[in-house]
Amino acid sequence: MVGTGVLKGMLVTLREFIGTYPSGRVLLRLLRQPVGSGLCTIQYPDQKQQHAERFRYFPFLVYDEAPDNLRCVACKICEQECPPQCIHILGPAKDEQGRPLKVHGRPYPVEFDIDTSVCMSCRICVDVCPFDAIEMDNQYELSSTDRFGAMTFDKAKLLKSAEYFRKIKPSESAVVDQRLAAKKAKAQSTPASATPPPTPPAP
Amino acid sequence: MDPVASTARTAPTELLEINLGPQHPSTHGVFRMMVTLDGETIVKLKPVFGYLHRNHEQIGEGSTYIASFPFTDRLDYFNAMSNNFGLALAIEKLGGVAASERGEFLRVIMVELTRLVNHVAVTGFLLNDMGAFGTPLLYAFREREKILDLFEACSGSRMMCNYVRPGGVREDVPEEWLAGARAIVDDFPRFLDEFEKLLTENEIIQQRTKQVGILPKTLAINASVTGPMLRASGVNYDIRKVDGYSIYPRFQFKVPLGTVGDVYDRYYVRILEMRESVKILQQALKGVPGGPAISPKGLALVKAPRTFRPPKGEAYGRIEAPKGELGFYLVSDGTPQPYRYHIRAPSFVNLTILEDMCLGQKVADAVIILGSVDIVLGEVDR
Repeated sequence: MVGTGVLKGMLVTLREFIGTYPSGRVLLRLLRQPVGSGLCTIQYPDQKQQHAERFRYFPFLVYDEAPDNLRCVACKICEQECPPQCIHILGPAKDEQGRPLKVHGRPYPVEFDIDTSVCMSCRICVDVCPFDAIEMDNQYELSSTDRFGAMTFDKAKLLKSAEYFRKIKPSESAVVDQRLAAKKAKAQSTPASATPPPTPPAP
Repeated sequence: MDPVASTARTAPTELLEINLGPQHPSTHGVFRMMVTLDGETIVKLKPVFGYLHRNHEQIGEGSTYIASFPFTDRLDYFNAMSNNFGLALAIEKLGGVAASERGEFLRVIMVELTRLVNHVAVTGFLLNDMGAFGTPLLYAFREREKILDLFEACSGSRMMCNYVRPGGVREDVPEEWLAGARAIVDDFPRFLDEFEKLLTENEIIQQRTKQVGILPKTLAINASVTGPMLRASGVNYDIRKVDGYSIYPRFQFKVPLGTVGDVYDRYYVRILEMRESVKILQQALKGVPGGPAISPKGLALVKAPRTFRPPKGEAYGRIEAPKGELGFYLVSDGTPQPYRYHIRAPSFVNLTILEDMCLGQKVADAVIILGSVDIVLGEVDR
């Protein structure tokens, strides 16, 4: 009969309509009708959706204990590999004679900027970093009225503690910590004299 | 004779040329159709595209093989996973990278989930074009959202996944992910039944779509149309079967075919394809082996993209993407960057046949014919 298809479809929409109410869902269960998953709108600024642990937004720089003890050694691999070329690194830091400056036995970048208006959150910088110095953040409420200055994150804004990283990504940071501990143990087991101290370049 | 009727018959008429798009909600992006109308009947249709050109191929030639992956996400932004997979296959062929067993399974699972996402979305949009505003599209998007949550859990992003790599996937799926995927896949046929009850037998939809925009078998083959559109015209050509790439030969599934090749067949073939995808997913989710998610060579490639220097030569990797044959053609000159990087985009090739399907149809039908082609302008223009 012409029209039965339309009527069947309307029954589906009716069932969905009833299913939007809690009491309607009880009714549907009583009638042995399939009940949907009951996904509903979230009142965003008041309620926030729980994101997956791996949810990624812009990258940040990890430091251990104190903000000057950052893991980044300014090797510039991420700058080179970044597909949209949004990372800018100045460094490694040098003194007036051109000798590398070190904090906690490591060179460090003078400047580290990420232009977040260009960054496409692809995670390639994290994949290529040999020092686990850069990780993906999950902060997404970063809108600003300034188109240029505020969208470029400088070193001060990018630096976040390893504790923070452990808090937002527990399982991922556990793997990273394990890897770093293994690296440290290996470095301590080999004698320090094996690697000669870097000689300053001739003035 | 009635004077009004006689003047209407003898009054001089002219062809009317109108522009549909580029900013028009029915064109699925920035696409323009220059339509010449005789009354309401289409006598000529000229598709104009290129408004979304982003120089993807040239960028790919200037960056490493791995650095192209995030850009492929943005080709067909509904199906990031399958785009990644296509490029990964081409790089594997070019550089002789073998994939790990678990990686192969995960990739097939991701691509089939992507197919579900694409087909529910395109069906919803098609119904939107027909005037069924909201309801089918929102039902479809509700299901899509569940799968996108799965993508977010494994790759960190809902749509721009950037997850599949040569040799496997970038990182293993989290614990409980496979169980979650199984629950969603097992629940999917229930949604499909409901969706079909809503649409397939609906007389209004049948009246609107049957015998509209017919694509004959020979014309479809001659125009090298691929994907659900070709199969709706009754040509049994599915690259998963023909090429047998990855681990597809291990799975039992059918290739649904249409008979007429009209808009209704294109809709219905997609519904049937989703049912087959669910079958593949159920088999694949049952058989995921342990072990690393990426082969050692693939991992080295991810960690240090610039050390990957494939031998001189060329490779063409193709997959059955949800929209058709997605091919990546790479030419290597022995440097870390491809010498030539070309994409055979299914949306683009399928769109070339638009005029032949629209001729003689009403102007309102052009909108649903375009909707049934299933284009994404990110892929058409690249």
